[in-house]
Amino acid sequence: MRAPKPLKKHNKQEARSHAELLLRLYLESNPEALCLVRATLQRATEVVHFPELESRAIVRSVDEALANVIRHAYKGRAGRPIEVTCRRLLGDPDSKTPSGLEIVLSDSGVPVDPKKLHGRPFEEIRPGGLGLHFMNQSMDVVEFRRKDGKNLLRMVKYLAPSQPERKPQGE
Amino acid sequence: MQIAARNSEGWVIFDISGDIDLAHSPAMRKVLLGEIKEKHTPKVFLNLKNVRYIDSSGIASLVEGLKASRDNGARLILYGLSSSVREVMELSRLQKIFEIYDSEEQALSS
Repeated sequence: MRAPKPLKKHNKQEARSHAELLLRLYLESNPEALCLVRATLQRATEVVHFPELESRAIVRSVDEALANVIRHAYKGRAGRPIEVTCRRLLGDPDSKTPSGLEIVLSDSGVPVDPKKLHGRPFEEIRPGGLGLHFMNQSMDVVEFRRKDGKNLLRMVKYLAPSQPERKPQGE
Repeated sequence: MQIAARNSEGWVIFDISGDIDLAHSPAMRKVLLGEIKEKHTPKVFLNLKNVRYIDSSGIASLVEGLKASRDNGARLILYGLSSSVREVMELSRLQKIFEIYDSEEQALSS
């Protein structure tokens, strides 16, 4: 069962103040670069102690988001700038803010129309339209906005609270 | 990503290794559609045992291959899916539309 998605209840500025920069990558819109981002991000999720399944989900979401930037925002043109910023959300037990990982993608491609951002219906068996589903299924927050001529995609994955260790009975 | 072919009478096995992502899925798509649409091979097997990663563009290529196989009266058969590939199939809700087997032996005898 998935952990609840508590972000909407949080003040975004408050969440940011409890974040530390883990990683900032500057890359070009070259599909060959995606494997490098996946490998780097995989390590970042391990640093934040995500379980393997969630780690793969985060890497997959970022990879799909980058592929969308290359294909749609830059229309397949290589050599255009993309910035990937990862922050560790430190969490605060007092305000019940969970810890986790925030990833922000920034590009200077054509503006994204949020109204057009919907994957294809699952019942349609046809190529395409799956990347956004992967992101929405895997991440707790997926937010698009346009600022200063750039598309910004912010994704957050929270760490589920760790379960207390069970001691074997009789010890 | 690398693709190696093993041919026999009426079938071909493509042993695929590495990552099927935006950089490499066009190559797999080309091989797959060429085999089905141009060579009209009745049975096309994809050995995905050594595929570490597949993205939505890779899944889209598989779906195209499946559609082409249905249009041409051929069969596209997948086997040896890693847990990572299986996860993506499940997320896509496509695992039931493909013929999927655990091993090469099972796939060949299907």
